[in-house]
Amino acid sequence: MSSPRSLINTIAAALVIAFAWTISPAAAQNNNFNPTAQAVNEDQLLNALKSGDRLSGRVSIPDPKSASLIQPAGQEWRAFHQNKLPLIGGVAILGMLAALVLFYLVRGRIRVDSGMSGVTITRFAGIDRFVHWLTAGCFIILALSGLNVSFGRMVIMPLFGPEAFASLAAYGKLAHNYLAFPFMLGLALMFLIWVKDNIPGKIDLDWIKAGGGLFSKGAHPPAKRFNAGQKVVFWIVIVGGVAMSVSGWFLLFPYLPAAGVSALQFWTTIHAVLAVLFVAAMLAHAYIGSVGMEGAFDAMGSGEVDLNWAKEHHALWVEEEKARGRAPATPPHAMPAE
Amino acid sequence: MARVKFLCDADRCIECNACVTACKNEHDVPWGINRRRVVTINDGKPGERSVSMACMHCTDAPCAAVCPVSCFYTTADAVVLHSKDLCIGCGYCFYACPFGAPQYPKVGNFGSRGKMDKCTYCAGGPEADLTSAEYVKYGSNRLAEGKLPICAEMCSTKSLLAGDGDIIASIYKERVMKRGYGSGAWGWKTAYKETIAS
Repeated sequence: MSSPRSLINTIAAALVIAFAWTISPAAAQNNNFNPTAQAVNEDQLLNALKSGDRLSGRVSIPDPKSASLIQPAGQEWRAFHQNKLPLIGGVAILGMLAALVLFYLVRGRIRVDSGMSGVTITRFAGIDRFVHWLTAGCFIILALSGLNVSFGRMVIMPLFGPEAFASLAAYGKLAHNYLAFPFMLGLALMFLIWVKDNIPGKIDLDWIKAGGGLFSKGAHPPAKRFNAGQKVVFWIVIVGGVAMSVSGWFLLFPYLPAAGVSALQFWTTIHAVLAVLFVAAMLAHAYIGSVGMEGAFDAMGSGEVDLNWAKEHHALWVEEEKARGRAPATPPHAMPAE
Repeated sequence: MARVKFLCDADRCIECNACVTACKNEHDVPWGINRRRVVTINDGKPGERSVSMACMHCTDAPCAAVCPVSCFYTTADAVVLHSKDLCIGCGYCFYACPFGAPQYPKVGNFGSRGKMDKCTYCAGGPEADLTSAEYVKYGSNRLAEGKLPICAEMCSTKSLLAGDGDIIASIYKERVMKRGYGSGAWGWKTAYKETIAS
């Protein structure tokens, strides 16, 4: 005779067997799960990436950069550098050159309407001219060497061959790296000495409404030390220059902790686009300061401008100077011998 | 001439890093530069895989496209090589390369980039084959000796394959058929605009 306890044991055992029987198909399915075959798949991983993302993992090499396995953003950067940048640069720089030639053909050289007086007034002191040419000189070399790195392979390399061109580009890169610092110094000094005369005011609106007298002969809207056009150039140089310096700083020191490949791709893009726009703007500035306007170059050349030129372009500034007691002077060699 | 390629069968890679070490040793690669590396994806998770990656010697190579001084060239075997005499260390190839292959010694201005260094598929550089000038700049030239890249040749699990692209693709295809799975020919779509059907 079996005790109640043994009966319970028998039932329990039967239940366990029955339960095991019912779940066994599920167990068999679990055995079909093959952890080896459920591996990460390249296509899935690449498809899951968002723009700018990288496929990366863990590396045992003590160099975090090497943990990036595939970075599709490189191809976007290539497309920017090979297709978009030449387009932006071409339109900006060649477009500006074309516009300036057209302007010259239509408007001609802007003359001093009342003729040269032979009397001059000091427009820019030595420090002004030093800061201007420090910045401008650096800018010209930076611009040429920068354009050379971006477009020299298309434009210059076919002329000299790869060896000579590579030497030129290497020296250009050295110049670009080192002249960045005096350029930044020039920017800072320029801001300090000229910002007080470059604050926009109501008079600038009137100047802009009159088109600055650029498009109509004999029109000379009054201006103080700097007219609205010059103020625009000043702020383009300051804001553009700071942006170029910040972006360039990252490119100059590629091993800074903040400079991963994504950051560097971003900064080169900013640096390149701003650079071609900056060059285009400075072409217009250089044109109107030299070929485009009679008497304008003297301001940054000798620093002494003709009084009539000053009265036409900076009437209020001339009054201010006179009020300060800085009288126009007749230069010793200005009078003709006859 | 064959179109040579690299293929890393991630289902075989055991992350021993022997390819990394062998490469450094073979070419006397400078400190801080690794022409080849092993990256482990999903480390410690189900489906973890390790992939040995170096320059893939791309078809229509991005580095060659963006180089400002055109220092890259492709050999008859489709190996992408470069001239350190022409390189100016600008970093453009590093920005464009999908595989992070180009690296630079820190010898430029302000400790920035020197001449770029990358995997040569053990094929040296533009100097005359097997000269010391070539070895100093680019490392040894095993291809000129009739040998394949050291990384693939000594791979203990034959995960990393090098050689004629068609042959290594067929080897990989056969493996995938036999074992019934494959995590893909890593980088092939990016480098060669093709993939191995599995």
